[in-house]
Amino acid sequence: MNLSLKSAGSTGEETFVDLAHTPLRELNGALHKLAADTNRTLWKIANPAGRHAIAAGLDVPVTIEIDGPVGYYCAGMNKQARIIVHGNAGVGVAENMMSGLVEVKGDASQAAGATAHGGLLVIDGNASARCGISMKGIDIVVKGGVGHMSAFMAQAGTLTVLGDAGEALGDSLYEAKLFVRGSVASLGADCVEKEMREEHKALLAAKLEAAGLLGEVDISEFRRYGSARTLYHFHVDNVSSY
Amino acid sequence: MTDHSNTPRATPQTLPRASATFDDYTLSEIRRAAATGIYDIRGGGAKRRVPHFDDLLFLGASMSRYPLEGYREKCSTEVVLGTRFAKKPIELKIPITIAGMSFGSLSANAKEALGRGASAMGTSTTTGDGGMTNEERGHSTQLVYQYLPSRYGMNPDDLKRADAIEVVVGQGAKPGGGGMLLGQKITERVAGMRTLPVGIDQRSACRHPDWTGPDDLEIKIEELREITDWEKPIYVKVGAARPYYDTALAVKSGADVVVVDGMQGGTAATQEIFIEHVGIPTLAAVRQAVKALQDLGMHRKVQLVVSGGIRNGADVAKALALGADAVAIGTAALVALGDNDPHYAAEYEALGSRAGAYDDWHEGRDPAGITTQDPALMARLDPIAAGRRLANYLAVLTLECQTIARACGKSHVHNLEPEDLVALTIEAAAMANVPLAGTDWIPGRNGGF
Ligand SMILES: Cc1cc2nc3c(=O)[nH]c(=O)nc-3n(C[C@H](O)[C@H](O)[C@H](O)COP(=O)(O)O)c2cc1C
Repeated sequence: MNLSLKSAGSTGEETFVDLAHTPLRELNGALHKLAADTNRTLWKIANPAGRHAIAAGLDVPVTIEIDGPVGYYCAGMNKQARIIVHGNAGVGVAENMMSGLVEVKGDASQAAGATAHGGLLVIDGNASARCGISMKGIDIVVKGGVGHMSAFMAQAGTLTVLGDAGEALGDSLYEAKLFVRGSVASLGADCVEKEMREEHKALLAAKLEAAGLLGEVDISEFRRYGSARTLYHFHVDNVSSY
Repeated sequence: MTDHSNTPRATPQTLPRASATFDDYTLSEIRRAAATGIYDIRGGGAKRRVPHFDDLLFLGASMSRYPLEGYREKCSTEVVLGTRFAKKPIELKIPITIAGMSFGSLSANAKEALGRGASAMGTSTTTGDGGMTNEERGHSTQLVYQYLPSRYGMNPDDLKRADAIEVVVGQGAKPGGGGMLLGQKITERVAGMRTLPVGIDQRSACRHPDWTGPDDLEIKIEELREITDWEKPIYVKVGAARPYYDTALAVKSGADVVVVDGMQGGTAATQEIFIEHVGIPTLAAVRQAVKALQDLGMHRKVQLVVSGGIRNGADVAKALALGADAVAIGTAALVALGDNDPHYAAEYEALGSRAGAYDDWHEGRDPAGITTQDPALMARLDPIAAGRRLANYLAVLTLECQTIARACGKSHVHNLEPEDLVALTIEAAAMANVPLAGTDWIPGRNGGF
């Protein structure tokens, strides 16, 4: 494998992988084999060129810096790792993440953070449709806007949007909490605006802090959206929503 | 003498006649709908008669073919699934697997019993919509982990401890529909595994959240392979609707195994109208799926598993003869565990049903302790005894299938072929692409009717 090593000082060893020369399978295979106490804690990936499933399935506390755009499912099912994409991300970035941190320095395509159970996903640019679809506990912070049907059937976790949200936000929402600073084009079935109480402000502050944004944005500018819980039981009165 | 000629006689009456169109069941459903305003939900598969394996017959051996001696001459049954890409294919001793049925729809004891029975016979079980439990992992030597639209409980640790992964696109009972689990069955444990509030009526998504269509699926499968280091076989399960194209597209997407589930296939809970009116019979799907594999030069390279209404060794043998590599069973496995047992006749009647017809599995009040989360009912099912019954039943299916294969002169059940079959009806002949019994006529073959 074309892996060149150089010391990254006290943080451990830095590993450089050029995907123009190294097959993705070798990179992912090497990342999966890392022991929990590895000292190869910093990985720099060049020439991702939109390849799919880069750094998917990691379960080790290392940092991966990807220099360029990634394709579908980058950081899929991530556990523990910190994965930074210096570029745009394709469909389903950090899908089903369990823990760790994924940062996208550019924009993200559809279904960012889909079904994820934990960890933090920060998108510097915009996220497309269905951001946070079926999310199950992840925290997502989008500095730009999110597309239509975001947080569709979202079960748990938080989605914080500094920009605007597209049509049908939070359709068929379960217990996820949504915070939007800009406008919302429309709310989906069973999603309603809710009062922003102190506990919610504290929760939002914690998420903004985790994303490195505390003090940079005014919490009072956000509105909170959540489930009206009227679809939780099958009932003749809800027939139009089924 | 009395003159009767002027005595009025009663006008002859016709007998009361029920409508064939508006039969008793239909009338009861109209009344039920009128009273409640919500569709009927039930478990099980299509209950009406549709062309099925019963409409096919084996020819057996005759002058031109000689049979194998029962018990003495070997008739092998082992199957390997996932030989296309997976580093660790699944090796089964029998061509019958246990289909995906969720923990949540089934009790923990039922899942354990399925694992025990299947493992005893050297075959696999499958998780379902709701994630993997430790009980089923522990009791199944080979466990297939379903990757469903809802992704309830989906996590990389379970993915890695599974023996194969099944991407569920659809189910025969409801192609195009998502799962349902009603509040009575969403106990704390079930809710916790699904990240849902306790007691809600839950609808699972019908479409995957992060891919649509075969081009995306190819990328999704690549991701699953990357996560699991290309070790596990990846199945794609489709409900029988357009089996030729669905099979071809599953192959194109990189599947190791295609699972095709016909409309008789069971479900834990779905709208009655969906179960009975969407999708095509298993019989109609098998040959189409096999043809797709043959046209691509992938028959036996990508394995085909067929399910939906498999009940006995003849059904197994017929599915294999039409070109399947293995079958999967759901309903029959539950019956072997004890579902709908006459032993609980009085209790089924108290629930407004009867033993043999009970299908309100979604209500969670199953007297047999199988389709329930009620601890008291669940305790009625002894997982060891029930697992034993399932193992016995699987053994019978296998012996029956071997009996037929030997009669057709086959030393492996996979050597059964369409040429061993004829059809009893024109419909079955056309669907299965075998001659009508007593003729050499295959409707649709060589053009014409
Ligand atoms: C109680 C029950 C639960 C089921 N749950 C699932 C499921 O979670 N996922 C799935 O793909 N199929 C599910 N199925 C369908 C089976 O996997 C299988 O396709 C079907 O049962 C096969 O047909 P048969 O019941 O006629 O044998 C379920 C079936 C039953 C009876």
